[in-house]
Amino acid sequence: MFPELNNLLNTTPDRAEQGKLTLLCDANTDGSFLVHHFLSFYLKANCKVCFVALIQSFSHYNIVGQKLGVSLTVARECGQLVFLEGLKSSVDVFFRAQAEPHPLQFLREANAENLQPLYEFVREALKPVDDGDAAWRCPVLLVDDLSVLLSLGMGAVAVLDFIHYCRATVCWERKGNIVALVHDSGDTEEEENNILLNGLSHQSHLILRAEGLATGFCRDVHGQLRILWRTPSQPTTQRDRSLTYQYKIQDKSVSFFAKGMSPAVL
Amino acid sequence: MAAVATCGTGAGSTGSMVAAGSKNNVTSFQRRGPRASGSDSSYSRLVSIAGTRPSVRNGQLLVSTGLPALDQLLGGGLAVGTVLLIEEDKYNIYSSLLFKYFLAEGIINGHTLLVASAKEDPADILQELPAPLLDDNVKKDFDEDACNHKTAESNIKMKIAWRYQLLPKMEAGPVSSSRFGHYYDASKKMPQELIEASKWHGFFFPEKSSSTLNIEPCSLTHGYIKLLQFIQNTIYEEGFDGSNPQKKQKNILRIGIQNLGSPLWGDDICCTENGNSHSLTKFLYVLRGLLRTSLSACMITMPTHLIQNKAIISRVTNLSDTVVGLESFIGSERETNPLYKDYHGLIHIRQIPRLNNLIYDVSDVKDLAFKLKRKLFTIEGWRGRSFPNLKI
Repeated sequence: MFPELNNLLNTTPDRAEQGKLTLLCDANTDGSFLVHHFLSFYLKANCKVCFVALIQSFSHYNIVGQKLGVSLTVARECGQLVFLEGLKSSVDVFFRAQAEPHPLQFLREANAENLQPLYEFVREALKPVDDGDAAWRCPVLLVDDLSVLLSLGMGAVAVLDFIHYCRATVCWERKGNIVALVHDSGDTEEEENNILLNGLSHQSHLILRAEGLATGFCRDVHGQLRILWRTPSQPTTQRDRSLTYQYKIQDKSVSFFAKGMSPAVL
Repeated sequence: MAAVATCGTGAGSTGSMVAAGSKNNVTSFQRRGPRASGSDSSYSRLVSIAGTRPSVRNGQLLVSTGLPALDQLLGGGLAVGTVLLIEEDKYNIYSSLLFKYFLAEGIINGHTLLVASAKEDPADILQELPAPLLDDNVKKDFDEDACNHKTAESNIKMKIAWRYQLLPKMEAGPVSSSRFGHYYDASKKMPQELIEASKWHGFFFPEKSSSTLNIEPCSLTHGYIKLLQFIQNTIYEEGFDGSNPQKKQKNILRIGIQNLGSPLWGDDICCTENGNSHSLTKFLYVLRGLLRTSLSACMITMPTHLIQNKAIISRVTNLSDTVVGLESFIGSERETNPLYKDYHGLIHIRQIPRLNNLIYDVSDVKDLAFKLKRKLFTIEGWRGRSFPNLKI
């Protein structure tokens, strides 16, 4: 986790909130550093994490996690982390008929209706265990990323349903959190992605949006992060609080600064 | 049904939630140093494969793309286990040249090749590979080329656009012969004995299209399913994924797929806007899954300028690791533009992956142009002169 981002979000692993849906989105840049942040944050916060990693392999997250101070191998072995490695499982699902429904079953089907097997997997993974000694703080579902599900043939409505079911189970029933990454292509032609993004934006408590700079590539400022706090369940007359920072990604951390205040410029 | 991964998984297994028996953990993402996820012996095995080198940034194993200048732009080379997508230029001239360089590099290094095409027979493609440049021949040509170039240009110090003088020229000279990455002579053919000594598998779609499928039809087109099966078969049979205990593979599989997405593969995304929009993306996803679990690297050329539905292009980009776009000047109004007179086209590095890392190697030079002159393909930071013919 990045301590500077914790300060901006006003949280620490000890005081992690519960029952929240956090939406990460990136436009014109790579927002995966946010995924690494939340993964290490919740592992350090002693939460039970179910990570649906559809876009990269386990060792990728593990190596970056080690730079940020968590070991995914250890977490997986002692049951804190349940890792669904999409790329590797897709090969198994695609080439061999499975006896039981696999979470990525939709890869084999021509017109998969919904993501129910994936939801069942998440529900099973985050089931509260009855033995008292390994009591994790709260369950967390982390998805990297949801746009891949659209590319693989699922409709935006199916993905929204999946998140809805997960929210009901994880956030409401078990008082856990969900963090999901969605790419924003910024292109109006990508209708399905826009539906998904808008739908999720209205349900989220916290939106972190990483954008590339409008002026193009810069070596010292890699992008801009917009943080938006929302209260979806209680419509208030107050405006939602929002902050904008620029950031630079380094080898083991990310530094944030106010717009135009990059250390390279000052 | 959903087996929670508890501490019972052995140190060597990858612990996927569908435990398909214990497999050797042969992934290409090995970390340099004693705390590598594989054992030390497997790491030294990886390092000793011909034609590969570990990346200086994260110890990732790299292979050359066949163009040393492109290797430099991609941060050292193409990472094993990843996909390099080349967006074809309009008439598929330079992209097929890059494709041939990639395959030729595999032959020179002794890698196994898998060539897939729907347009040309792979045997014919291999016959047309460029010949490698040996050091003594090329030194001569380079020197005379450098002379002509230098007398004209280097003595002129730019007065107005002086910043452009600082732009580097990409590595264009040949170095020693046992190096990583070789130079090729586009006007000569690869010697027949080298081609025959190499190991290659060809997939020519018109020949394979009639055989039966043993996967139930999902939304992938017929051609893609057959190609995936062929690739998976080759990887398994030859032992590139480490699952076959009899075959200890110490080599890289270079997969080259030509014109993916074109109508010749049975896909209609280049013909209509509302075609089968998930076939290609599903194919790429499963292909990447196969690559990540084996010692292979893949180059795909795709006619993205023909794809009607632009959303597919962004999805394909997100599903690939490295994406490079080629834009040639042939037939465009830039061909006669004096600004571009030395070059044949532009290269756009659209995406570079951040593998095992938060950051990645990105070149500072963003405007890159290429030219194919005197048998060599060179890439340079393009120096656009603001005032082309202004007499100062």
